[in-house]
Amino acid sequence: MISFKKILFALTFTLCSFNIAFADVNDSIIQNSEVAKKLSDYGFFEDLVSQSPSKEVLPYDLISPLFSDYADKLRFIYIPSKGFAEYRPDKVFDFPEGTVLIKTFAYLNEYPGSDLDQQLLETRLLIKKSNQWENVSYVWNKEQNDAFLTIAGKTISTQFINNNGDIQDVRYRVPNINQCKECHQSEKSIQPIGPKARNLDKDFVYEDGVMNQLMKWHKQGWIKKDIKVEAMVDWTNDLASIDNRARSYLDINCGHCHVKGGSADTTGLYLDFKENREIHLGLFKKPIAAGRASNNLKYSIVPGDPESSILLFRMKSLDPGIMMPESGRALEHKEAVRLISKWIKNL
Amino acid sequence: MTTYLKQFKFIFFALALSFNCYGATIAISPSDDPYSEIQEALILAQPGDVIHITEGIYKLEDSLSLDVKNVILEGEGIDKTILSFKNQKSGAQGLFVTSDGVILRDFAVEDAKGDAIKVKGVDGISFIRVRTEWTEGPSSDNGAYGLYPVESKNVLIDSCVAIGASDAGIYVGQSENIIVKNSRAEFNVAGIEIENSYYADVFDNYAANNTGGILIFDLPDIPQQGGHHVRVFRNKSINNNTDNFAPEGNIVGEVPRGTGIIVQANSHVEIFNNDIGDNETINIAIVTYGYETEDKNYYPHPKAVQIHGNRFGKSGYNPDLKTGDLAKVLYELSDGNMPDIFWDGIVPLHQILLGQPDEDKIILGDNGEASFLTINGLKYILPFFDPIERDYEKFRGVIKPLLPVKFSD
Repeated sequence: MISFKKILFALTFTLCSFNIAFADVNDSIIQNSEVAKKLSDYGFFEDLVSQSPSKEVLPYDLISPLFSDYADKLRFIYIPSKGFAEYRPDKVFDFPEGTVLIKTFAYLNEYPGSDLDQQLLETRLLIKKSNQWENVSYVWNKEQNDAFLTIAGKTISTQFINNNGDIQDVRYRVPNINQCKECHQSEKSIQPIGPKARNLDKDFVYEDGVMNQLMKWHKQGWIKKDIKVEAMVDWTNDLASIDNRARSYLDINCGHCHVKGGSADTTGLYLDFKENREIHLGLFKKPIAAGRASNNLKYSIVPGDPESSILLFRMKSLDPGIMMPESGRALEHKEAVRLISKWIKNL
Repeated sequence: MTTYLKQFKFIFFALALSFNCYGATIAISPSDDPYSEIQEALILAQPGDVIHITEGIYKLEDSLSLDVKNVILEGEGIDKTILSFKNQKSGAQGLFVTSDGVILRDFAVEDAKGDAIKVKGVDGISFIRVRTEWTEGPSSDNGAYGLYPVESKNVLIDSCVAIGASDAGIYVGQSENIIVKNSRAEFNVAGIEIENSYYADVFDNYAANNTGGILIFDLPDIPQQGGHHVRVFRNKSINNNTDNFAPEGNIVGEVPRGTGIIVQANSHVEIFNNDIGDNETINIAIVTYGYETEDKNYYPHPKAVQIHGNRFGKSGYNPDLKTGDLAKVLYELSDGNMPDIFWDGIVPLHQILLGQPDEDKIILGDNGEASFLTINGLKYILPFFDPIERDYEKFRGVIKPLLPVKFSD
C-alpha cells in the first residue's frame, strides 16, 4: 500500500513538474507565423487570473502612461534568453527577435469599499518576429479565466469605480488590428510607443525588492549599463514644472501620431517632447483639416487663453468627429484637461 | 448521397482554390452585426481579394479601416449599398484606407461624424462611382471632407458624388498625380479642392450649389507645399450660391458664397474650356494667401496661371460681403462693377518695382466677353494713381498648355 502511495506521489510530482514546465514561456508559439488563439497558450503567466507573470517575464511601468478611459494597465516584457536590446536615444529600444510586450487593460476597481470586482478587459501583445512588430489583442471572457484573439475589435460596455469612488459607465473599445497600427505606425512600420529609456527611468517594486527599471533590465542582461537619459516627468507630479508635465502628457498621448512620419503628420501639428518650433506646437497655428472640430476657434493653441484653443476643445469632446485622440478614448480625461488648460494659460 | 456531397464539396473546394489564385471574393450581406462582419473581412482580406457588399443599408457605429494592398471594396451601386454612420460612436472617419492600390467602387458612405472616406499615405487609390453624403443638407455639424485622399500618389476619382461636406466634398491634399473626373459635387462649402498638391487634372466635373465650386489652394506650415501643375478643364462650376457653412477657423470659411473657381498661392495652373456662371460673387479669383506666416519655405503668391477658352455666365450680381475679405475688397475696388476674372495683383516687393518675370505672369487667352480686374501694385503704393486695372488685353498672351497627368509606375 505504502509503495502505491509513493508511486502516486511520484506520479503527481512528475505531473506537477510537467505543469510547471508548461507554464514556461513558449517560444515556438511566439514565433509561429499564425498567432495563438488564446492568451494562455503563450505561458506568459504563472497565474493568468491574478496576472502573476512567469519567472522569465518581467513587469514594468512607464513614468507617464497613455490615457485609455481610466483603465489600469499591467505591463510586462518577455525577452528570450540571451536576447539583448540596443539602446537608441529618443526612440524605443531596438528589441531582439522574439521579444513580446504584454499589456493588460483592466478596471481593477481597487477603490476602498468598491462594489465592483476587478475586470480584465483585454491583453495586447506586440510581438517581434521576422524583424517586425506584430500587434494582436486578446479579449477576456466573461468567466475572466482566459483571453481570446479578437480581430475586428470589440465594444465592452461596462462600469468602473472612478477616482471619486463613484460608479461610472464606459463604452470601452478594444481596437481592431488596423486601429492599433494608427498609433503604433511610424514611417510605415509598427513600433512600440512606451518603452523608451526616458520613460522607463524610475524605480519599480519587484518581488525581490525595489530597483531602477533600467538597472534591473541591465542586470537581466537585456540592455547596456549606465544609460544616461533625461527622464520624462510624471505628468501627475505636482512638484514638477507645468511645462514639463504638460509636454510629457502630450508626448505620450499625442506625440506618436503628431510627429513627422506619424499618422497625423499631415496637419503640421507636432506634439512630441522634442518639438520646439512654436507654430508646429500649435501656437497661433490655423487648423488644416479640422472641419467642425475647430469649434469656430481660430488656432490650435492661443497662449493664455485655453478656452480659445482648439487643442483643449478636442481633448474635452466626446464626439467621434471632434475628439482627440481619434480612438481609444470614450471619456474625458478631466485631470489632464485641467493640466493642459493651466499650461496654455501660463504660455 | 454522401459521395455526391463529397464530390460537391471537392468541386467547391477546387473552385475556391482556383479563385484564390486571382483573389477570392468575399460577399457580405446585411446582418445583425454588420460592423464586425465588414471590418473582419477588411482585416482578413488578402491582396487581390474582392470584398463585395450586397445591396442594403448597413448601420455602423464604429469607423471601418482597410490596410491590405490591392483590395477591391465594392458595393452594388452608388444608391444601393449604403454604409450609414448616422449613429457613429467612435472613429474619426467612416472609412479609412492606408494601403496601396485599393479600388473603392459602387457604394455610398453617409453621415459620417468626421470625414467620410480618408485615404492616407498610399500609392494608388481609385474611387469609382462612390458617393459621400451628409443627408440632412448643408450644416456646420457635417463632417469636413467627403472623398479625402491625402499624402498619396496616383489618385483617381471617377464618376463620384460628394454632397454636404462642411469643408470640401472632394478634397485631395498633399498628393501627387491626381485625376478627378466625371464627378458631381453639390451643397458642400468647397465642391472640389486640390490643396498642396502636384500634377492634378480636374475635368468633366459638375460643381454646383456649393459655396465655392473648385478651389486650387496652397497653405503653409504643413509637410508638402508649393502646389503646382493643376489643369482645370471642361467642368461646369455654376450656381455656387450656398451660404458658407464651414465652422470658423477653417481656411474655406473665408470663401464667399457665389464663387466659381479660386486659385490661391499655386503655380502653373491652367483653367480652360469650363462653363462658369451664375455665381453671385465671382467666377474666377486668383489670390495670395492672406495671412502672415513665418514658414520660410512657403511662397504665398499665385504664379503662372493661364485662363482660356472658358464660357462665362453672369457673376458678381449679389456678392457675399459678409464672408472673408475677398468679396468686400473686390466690391470696394470695383465700385460694384464686379469682373468675371479677378487677380489680386499681389507680388513680392522687388517684383512690384522691377516687374514680374515672364514665366510667372498671369496669362489670359480668349474667354469670350469675360471682364477682368487686377490691382497694380506700383500704382497702389504711389500717390495719385488709380491702381485699378481693367485692361484685359494687357494680360493677353500665348498659352503654353500643361501636360496631361500621367500615373507613375
